[in-house]
Amino acid sequence: MTGTATKVWALHLGVLAALLAAQFVLPAYHAGNLARIMVLAVYAMGFNIAFGYTGLLSLGHALFFGAGLYGMGMLVALAGWGAGAALVAGIAAGGAMALAVGLLALRTAGVSFMIVTLMFAQAGYLTILYYTPYTRGEEGIVIDRAARVLLGFDLSQDIIRYFAAFALFAAALLVKLALVRSPFGRVMVAMRENEERSRMLGYDPFRIKLAALVVSGIYAGAAGAAYGLLFGYVGASFASIQYSILPLLYVLLGGAGTVLGPFLGAVLMFYLIDLASGITTAHLLVVGVALLVLVLFAPKGILGALRDRGLKWLP
Amino acid sequence: MTSRLIGLTPSRRTVLGGLAASGAALALPARFASAQSAAPIKLGFQLHRTGIGAAYGRWYERTAQAALTLVNEAGGINGRPVEILFEDDGTDPKRGAEVMEKFASQSNCDAVFGALFSHVVVGTAPRAGELKMPYLVCSEGHHVASGKMNRWTLQPGITDVKSQVQAMAPWISSTLGKKVTMIFPDYAFGHDHRDAFVPAIQAAGGEVIEQIAIPPTETSFTRYLPRIPSDTEVIYHVMVGPAVLTFVKELGEFYGSGDRPQIFGFIDSLEAVNIASPGLEFLEGTHFWEGHCRYLQEDAGEHEATYRAAVGVDDTGASLADAKDVSTYAHMFSVWETLFILKAGMEAAGYQGPADRQKLVEAIEAMTDMPYGIEHPQGAKTFNGKTHQVFGLQYISKVEGGKLVKVHTTSPEDGMYPDEADYTSMSF
Repeated sequence: MTGTATKVWALHLGVLAALLAAQFVLPAYHAGNLARIMVLAVYAMGFNIAFGYTGLLSLGHALFFGAGLYGMGMLVALAGWGAGAALVAGIAAGGAMALAVGLLALRTAGVSFMIVTLMFAQAGYLTILYYTPYTRGEEGIVIDRAARVLLGFDLSQDIIRYFAAFALFAAALLVKLALVRSPFGRVMVAMRENEERSRMLGYDPFRIKLAALVVSGIYAGAAGAAYGLLFGYVGASFASIQYSILPLLYVLLGGAGTVLGPFLGAVLMFYLIDLASGITTAHLLVVGVALLVLVLFAPKGILGALRDRGLKWLP
Repeated sequence: MTSRLIGLTPSRRTVLGGLAASGAALALPARFASAQSAAPIKLGFQLHRTGIGAAYGRWYERTAQAALTLVNEAGGINGRPVEILFEDDGTDPKRGAEVMEKFASQSNCDAVFGALFSHVVVGTAPRAGELKMPYLVCSEGHHVASGKMNRWTLQPGITDVKSQVQAMAPWISSTLGKKVTMIFPDYAFGHDHRDAFVPAIQAAGGEVIEQIAIPPTETSFTRYLPRIPSDTEVIYHVMVGPAVLTFVKELGEFYGSGDRPQIFGFIDSLEAVNIASPGLEFLEGTHFWEGHCRYLQEDAGEHEATYRAAVGVDDTGASLADAKDVSTYAHMFSVWETLFILKAGMEAAGYQGPADRQKLVEAIEAMTDMPYGIEHPQGAKTFNGKTHQVFGLQYISKVEGGKLVKVHTTSPEDGMYPDEADYTSMSF
């Protein structure tokens, strides 16, 4: 193992070890927050695969998150599926939705891609409202506590929830780390940096971008399905435009094109809102100012800025 | 030897010091116990300060503060002062659940109340159940009484939409007309109205002859209005949000100055909106459901004036400080009444601290009659402990001269329906 590889694995495994230990040392409130943040970070990691590494700025990722959420939730609530099978179905729904959207939306690029993905997501959101008799629309549905048992573990228990979120996060982080350090990961970055040159080298940009988008959708679907199972609620607001913007903010804050950036961004954004709301009623203004400062002084996000200023080995 | 003996003999200073130390040690538990009993009861308030529910949130906070002042002036709860921690949930179910966790795990609140919007309630209730936190909602939704929530979620401060709609149907049928066209938003809130009203009006001898579901993204309604059958006797509308102003204007343009059917709506559409606003002239002569009459009525109860003064509302339903700031008067009483129910429940349960949360829920479940009084200024109510839902009076008002004038009061029985759940048989 090279020195760089050692540093990379040490950092990421160290973060995972710290998160594993956090459950035992953090107060209940912060441990609960961290469970939620880890799930949302998986969503943001998926977004980062598309945006940060492949250069696909989607404004419709809530559709993939919603596909996972509802793919799982509808099967549990209406068809009586068990949590495990429904979780797998939710993950598959996220990937399948990304495949379907990608086949159409990847015919466009840049601003057009943003608009097309936004419109697809809006169509998905309205579809959930349209089928209110089944989905209960914007009100949403509660996933019964008895149905939230995975492999014999009751996901409504705080400790179980934390470790389930950790397991998902750890798997997502390690897979992503391996992905971005693999040859395919380098091709993804090549698409972002210079699509035409990549094409000249013999790569098919459409296939590469479609594959990246599907992986991204699988991540989003996994996060959506896990969120519903861990927190017991499936609602249309999670498929709204707000939840397409959320991972973008996490990624921009933490650092686009970095493996740990989405998690860092999710943590900081969560606590920025949480702490600011305790100080002022204008907490959204605080968030806005923080983002402006970030764009002005660290446009590549926190880890992106660190990578530029010395930690060049940061994946 | 002597000196050693003397050394062992307690000196005056040692004795005094020892006595003082013993006294302090003996006094500690008493002082601690005293501090425990005098510690404030902490209530979390899930506030729609931002997001789509902000207009409601502003007034819910004022109402809660006013009720809190009254409760504390009267000696608090079980002799302990009460404080309310307000936390913005952004009218968002994800944040709502996070706020619940904050109240339970960080602030160690004794109970949580105040949420109005259904999606926030439904998104938060599972966490309330898991955290074993009494969660008293003010949402009107049928989700509580339908049995979809849990043992810890109750709605004792306001009737649910099914009850409200059911209570309206007999009066609409007997007074306004029997052939009804419903215009409602095509999502859960509108569907609740449709699902409750269609059988209720049939039972009252009327019928719904057309259902016009408006997609939630519509900003203009002109193309839907020709679908109103010409033999419609009553238009029943429950449009919500900013689009309601456009809806009323376009409905007015559609009928012009000619004959129009009777029009009945739910004031939810026009909460925090001045009924005499330009563009709403078409509402003159139409009827509204009101949970609590916005305009001071001639036959108002003896506690109405006290309640209005406390929450800072004038005789027209606007803020005493700013006449342009119209209240959400038809709903905000639920916050006031819920706080007094918490007080009554805690006192009945002999509530001491979070370990008694289950006793609090059981005490509220045991409640039945809630007589009219300053604790229940909207009217007398009956609580159903099995379904965790309260039943009470509904008001129908007519717009006359730009004001809402009450023309009918239903009885609690008008809004009652068979139990759909029994939470008391569920475990905690």
